[in-house]
Amino acid sequence: MTELAQLLEIYEPVIGLEVHVQLATKTKSATGFGEPPNSLTDPVVLGLPGALPVFNTAMLQLALKLGVATSSQIRAKSRFARKHYFYPDQPKNYQITQFDEPLCENGHLDLIVGGAVKRVRLERIHLEEDAGKNTHVGAVSHVDLNRAGVPLCEVVSAPELTSSEEAAEFMRALHRLVRWLEISEGDMEKGHMRCDANVSVRLRGEDRLGTRTELKNINSFRFVQNAIDHEIARQVRLIDGGGRVERETRLWDADLGQSAPMRSKEEANDYRYFPDPDLPMLVVGADMMGSILRGLPELPVARFERYVKIHKVAADDARTLVSDRALADYFDAALKAHPGDESGRTIANWILTELLGALNAGGKAIADSPMAPATLAALVVLVETGTISGKIGKDIFAESYKTGEAPAAIVERRGVQQISDEALLWSIVEKVVAASPKQTADYQGGKDTLFGYFVGQVMKETQGRANPVMTTDLLKKRLGR
Amino acid sequence: MPKLPLQEVQEIALLARIHFTPQELADMQSELGAILEHFSSIAAVDTEGVAPMTHAVPIDLPLRDDVVQPSLFTELALAAVPKRDGDLIVVPAIIPGGAE
Amino acid sequence: MDPAFWSVADIARRIAAGEVTAAEVTKAFVARIARIDPELGAYLFVDEGGAWAQAELIDRKRADNEPLGPLAGVPIALKDMIVTNGVATTAGSKILEGWLPPYDATVVEKLRAAGAVILGKVNCDEFGMGSSTERSAYKKTMNPWDPKRVPGGSSGGSAAAVAAGLCAASLGTDTGGSIRQPAAFCGVVGLKPTYGRVSRYGIVAFASSLDQVGPLTHTVADAALVLQAIAGHDPRDSTSLPSAPPTFSAEGGVSGLKIGLPKEYFAGEIDADVRTALAAAVAALKDKGATIVEVSLPHTELALPAYYIVAPAEASSNLARYDGIRYGKRAEALDLMSLYTHTRGERFGPEVKRRIMLGTYALRSGYYDAYYKKAQQIRTLIKRDFDEAFTQCDVLLTPTTPTPAYELGAKSTPLEMYLGDIFTLACNLAGLPGMSVPCGLTSTGLPVGAQLLGKALDEATLLRTGAVIEAAVGLGDKRPTGIGGIA
Repeated sequence: MTELAQLLEIYEPVIGLEVHVQLATKTKSATGFGEPPNSLTDPVVLGLPGALPVFNTAMLQLALKLGVATSSQIRAKSRFARKHYFYPDQPKNYQITQFDEPLCENGHLDLIVGGAVKRVRLERIHLEEDAGKNTHVGAVSHVDLNRAGVPLCEVVSAPELTSSEEAAEFMRALHRLVRWLEISEGDMEKGHMRCDANVSVRLRGEDRLGTRTELKNINSFRFVQNAIDHEIARQVRLIDGGGRVERETRLWDADLGQSAPMRSKEEANDYRYFPDPDLPMLVVGADMMGSILRGLPELPVARFERYVKIHKVAADDARTLVSDRALADYFDAALKAHPGDESGRTIANWILTELLGALNAGGKAIADSPMAPATLAALVVLVETGTISGKIGKDIFAESYKTGEAPAAIVERRGVQQISDEALLWSIVEKVVAASPKQTADYQGGKDTLFGYFVGQVMKETQGRANPVMTTDLLKKRLGR
Repeated sequence: MPKLPLQEVQEIALLARIHFTPQELADMQSELGAILEHFSSIAAVDTEGVAPMTHAVPIDLPLRDDVVQPSLFTELALAAVPKRDGDLIVVPAIIPGGAE
Repeated sequence: MDPAFWSVADIARRIAAGEVTAAEVTKAFVARIARIDPELGAYLFVDEGGAWAQAELIDRKRADNEPLGPLAGVPIALKDMIVTNGVATTAGSKILEGWLPPYDATVVEKLRAAGAVILGKVNCDEFGMGSSTERSAYKKTMNPWDPKRVPGGSSGGSAAAVAAGLCAASLGTDTGGSIRQPAAFCGVVGLKPTYGRVSRYGIVAFASSLDQVGPLTHTVADAALVLQAIAGHDPRDSTSLPSAPPTFSAEGGVSGLKIGLPKEYFAGEIDADVRTALAAAVAALKDKGATIVEVSLPHTELALPAYYIVAPAEASSNLARYDGIRYGKRAEALDLMSLYTHTRGERFGPEVKRRIMLGTYALRSGYYDAYYKKAQQIRTLIKRDFDEAFTQCDVLLTPTTPTPAYELGAKSTPLEMYLGDIFTLACNLAGLPGMSVPCGLTSTGLPVGAQLLGKALDEATLLRTGAVIEAAVGLGDKRPTGIGGIA
């Protein structure tokens, strides 16, 4: 066992995540990515003398969707506060955020870990504004304020994540959820979602939390796990060597694969929070709450559980289906179009292998699928009822996908209905065996692999239409083994 | 109320990002001290159960419709910027000569 | 024809009637400014080009029989805390030296829409922090009644300009009395509306929960006219009142009105001539049918400490943005920290720095509860006092200031300066409307102001009461004689 592995038997990591999610409002939405610098500003963004903040309805609605979807307690009246620190990307040298009375508290995010659901508590979700971007170039910094003022939701988890895998899974679950709810594109690499990790370690079995460090600059899903693993290793080695973990902020450097302590933005970190006098209390009206609640779609984890429990879909397949709302919606539509209700597993299979295969090959998204869910369902029915074999079904799929012709029509036109007439098949089996004396002798003499030859011959005789199960059965009867 | 310690004045000056000469600091120390002394009377006022008045006239936060408003033309937005590099605002690095 | 002391109503009427052109009026004022202001020091910038353009526009509209706004052709000066597109705005500070804003404040847009001619920007204490305009980083403004005396502050330039006939009206800002006190010192009307009545978008922020814009004018009727033009909901100001303003008028008289005299405002050291002038105002009101009642505002003494904690705290936050990075002047610096500390250290004046330090102290974690939160709680107590008093009367009457204008340089410590604000502060803390109206001269010929304080949204009662005082004991045709050429 490696030295690190040994240490990790003694120490356990405790991880909490703070995730900033850019809200996809029309105004100031997803800005700063790809736009010319400082082209999306106004007096408020620039922090000009006399400028005043104004918030819009969409910001609140998107944040509420997230709050409701995470079963958070929603504050009917929440308050904005000013958080003071001097930095060039912060035009007013304070950030508008929520401190004492945030919009949402005590929700949870459900993760699908190893086929089961783990519930992680969310301490709070609150609204705040984003800062601009500060880029260091040698002796100077360049400031682009396009992103300043973009509305954000800050999601703070309880320190309940017990491994870097869980942390990565948390990010994936949140990513899935914000896309599901159409709150944000959630693309970490474009900065729609940013993650800070609070990492500490303690002796296994210990109740008290160790000193935590804050890890920043984790800007892709890949790095979440790496960065946290690295920090856990650093801390356990440090403690084991007699050192103490400093309460500090560290910046992750993906190129070097390590973190370094950040020189603090404020030598003395007193943010001097106070209620923002320019912004009265944010009130959530009953009307808005009502429409949010009514408009909420069935959430990913609920669907996952329904697919597994009721539709008997394999856990892995169910997880893939709920990774994308459009995909889950497609599955549900196909289920609905299917006359029975025992075919979930089969339909899932067809979607995940045939349909996704074809879509991927053509670079298409599920939303642009040329084959409608009802069509797929109809094809599945044809196979299930034995009208065509599974193998033929794949052919029919490909043609229907390409041309849009209904599967039943294709089957009819090509005359590829499955042959399940026992008497007819028997006569064909007899014919094939009679025409292959050598192979018959060899097979009966022990060459098992030749069975496939006979099946192939029957298929050839029947243009692939012979019912494979019946064919196998009858061949075995005729050949004696 | 005890005199405001000089170290505290220095800490506040740092938080406020204002540079003072030693004389100015000393002046600030006595002026602030006198003012705070004068206002220390409020500590004795009974405000048990009294809500702080953050907003003089109690209204709810109005929310604007989510409609895109035109941005300021970049040149106009940056016209007053003392130091620029093209369309970027330039400031010195946090540590001279090196990146953060 | 000398429009120097014509009222706003008069100018608007005469221009609309074609008796005089906007160009003629503007010309007269611009010439007067050139003659008198070098000594008076009210203006920081005279926007001749802009004024002519606006005047010509009004005259052309009139000639074409197009509809004119209610203030068409009226020359107005703006306190330099009001942001004007393309016209230098300094807030009386060196840190904004040379700044040309890329936008107009809402009140400026509204004035232009009403047809006003904006003559220029007038002097003020730096960032509104002061009571004498001595704290302007650019120049001192004299009191036109006596050039050795202060015009008051922070809207000293506004008050002096109106009093000296260098504009027909001015917009000032009032955070703790900065419209009313200079109005009293200079013998003009000064009105601070209910908080939220006028948009703060484009007003350089001092203390966000206290700041309001208001008119300084020759007459109460003018104050109503100008307020009408600038009041109203603004979606760009989240603290702006949602409801539309009523029609403001100085009519109505005071018959049947109950005027409250808060005893705490008459108890302390008040100049004898001020007392006499106030007594005359009271007598006039009684004479016109009002009843006088004594009321109490028990927490009055707490207004000063509460104000001098809340205002600096909010100011320390609002002034954090001044770092020379995006606008204004910046110090040469090799590192970021020095850029901040030297820009702000070199370019803020001592009073501004003092208040930023005080405010930063009050917001520090550890002190927040004892100072800022406590002061905010005291505001609630002060508001309750007013609510209680208004169950016994319709409007309150107090002196605006304990003394008339004092000499330049007379207040040697900050505290001394702060103590002069005692009568005007509570109104801002409670968000209520307040107005100063001239009610006589001292034995040495200095103006005295009577302050009226009203219920929230009740500018109407202030206006009708003020009009009665003005008619009875106002300054009438008396003009300041402190500076040559005024009268």
